[in-house]
Amino acid sequence: MTVIAIRGLTKRYGPDTVVDDLSFTVEPGQVTGFLGPNGAGKSTTMKMILGLAAPTRGTVAIGGRRYGELPVPLTEVGALLDAGAVHGARKARDHLLALAVSNGLPRRRVDEVLARTGLEGVADRRAGGFSLGMRQRLGIAAALLGEPRALIFDEPVNGLDPEGIRWVRDFMRSLAREGRSVLVSSHLMSEMALTADHLVVIGRGRLIADTGMGEFMRSSGQGTVLVRTAESERFSLLLTAAGAAVRDGLEAALVVSGMDGDEIGRLAAYHGIALSELTPQQASLEDAFMELTRDSVEFQGAGA
Amino acid sequence: MTAIADAPAVAFHRTLRAEWIKLRSLRSTWYTLAGLFAVGMGITSLAMGSAVAAEYESLTAAERLDWDPTALSLRTYIVAQLIIGSLGILTVTSEYATGLMQTSLAATPRRHRLLAAKAILITGVAVVTGEVLMFTSFLLGQALLASQDVPNASLGDPGVLPAVAGGGVYLAAIALLAVGLGALLRATAGALATLVGVIFLIPGFSGLFPSWLEDLLDFWPTAGGAAVMATVPDPDFPHPWLNLGGMCLGVAAVLAAAFVLFRRRDV
Repeated sequence: MTVIAIRGLTKRYGPDTVVDDLSFTVEPGQVTGFLGPNGAGKSTTMKMILGLAAPTRGTVAIGGRRYGELPVPLTEVGALLDAGAVHGARKARDHLLALAVSNGLPRRRVDEVLARTGLEGVADRRAGGFSLGMRQRLGIAAALLGEPRALIFDEPVNGLDPEGIRWVRDFMRSLAREGRSVLVSSHLMSEMALTADHLVVIGRGRLIADTGMGEFMRSSGQGTVLVRTAESERFSLLLTAAGAAVRDGLEAALVVSGMDGDEIGRLAAYHGIALSELTPQQASLEDAFMELTRDSVEFQGAGA
Repeated sequence: MTAIADAPAVAFHRTLRAEWIKLRSLRSTWYTLAGLFAVGMGITSLAMGSAVAAEYESLTAAERLDWDPTALSLRTYIVAQLIIGSLGILTVTSEYATGLMQTSLAATPRRHRLLAAKAILITGVAVVTGEVLMFTSFLLGQALLASQDVPNASLGDPGVLPAVAGGGVYLAAIALLAVGLGALLRATAGALATLVGVIFLIPGFSGLFPSWLEDLLDFWPTAGGAAVMATVPDPDFPHPWLNLGGMCLGVAAVLAAAFVLFRRRDV
């Protein structure tokens, strides 16, 4: 299975360094979320993977080779960079057929990807009349033509309605389950939380984090537990004695950190305290992401 | 990392076929070609209409020696080159305008191959339509002249066949120039404006140029480059095919620059 290996990738446009010494690996069988604020260099990185932009320094290897050296590129990497990138006057089927023929893929693949993306009914309509959701599907269909081992999607859910978002999300998951390497960029952390197994976070072109999703949530989301009880003052003291940090929350609730829900429940039972609420608070991933990227910005500011 | 069994690289004819699918799947291609013939026939009909008999009548005996019914009927090339040229420009620039170029180059990362396929395809289309247009213009034009009893030519007359066929070659060279301009400028408006400047404005302002530039006009489109379409020898262009050859060299230079930049630039 194809691994996309990015090593020391750097792109400068004049004085601006858009991508700065970036290294990470996209492994097969999982969705790698490529996360960063707008303008962080995600799209430029993806273009360099596909050989559309030349790196100033560094390399991208797809299964050990440069993109330009792939004998039949569409069977190795399928990409959707811009859903609008179709000629509006061309029928969906012809668009896909031209791509298939250019890589010597059999014609039946066109019908297969149309079916897989649910576009059979509109295959003979001109792409210009497509909604954004349909264009997105057409772009994904094009990416799937060669049954590639690696897939690259740039902001695939941008501008989609909830149904479309769910569809794309499930689709990414199923592609990874088939053993493919899937790289998906987004500027929305919440989106990644539902799609990605692995996270690569960049800010200002630099790598900030390269970590498993679960690990990322654990390390950056300081978990707290919301506790409600009639005897909040007494329980607060007991919790503090047991080593937890307690602060007062809204409406007489206690916000406990340093102990998980299980331990708090046991403590309450031991002391015979009735709890009316015990809710683990998932630290917002969005917050974690903001914190992470802010740190990088501050670090850069201090270093400069 | 597992080694991937090397599939044989995609053959060039597949790139060419893919480009053909792209070209034929756009209605605008067919509208453009239909427009080419409509405009071409319209111009021929107008130019060879009733006015031409009166014009011939008004000529002196000496001027009648230069009467060139073949060249007259092939004047359609002047507008035809703009229409065929815009087709050549659009095969490249429409991909930039829609962003499709990224998809095309991801599918065919060997960039020279993609541009070569476009250039060959457009040349082929331009040769075929250009020749058909030139021959129909000639035949229609001569029929109209004959109907007015004005001296006319037939394909068997000396120098006629090369002149008519040369018109098609000329149009193909212009189409190739257009592909090069499209790849260099990447925008339809800019490429089209440049093409209009090259084929209409520069020959139109030829009187203003210094002499070395005037020499260049011997090989310029709509100027010396088009001399092959005459059957009455022009003393300025004793070897018209050399003039067309020179123009083709110029086109080749533009294309060479286009190929270099097309490979080098980020998309």
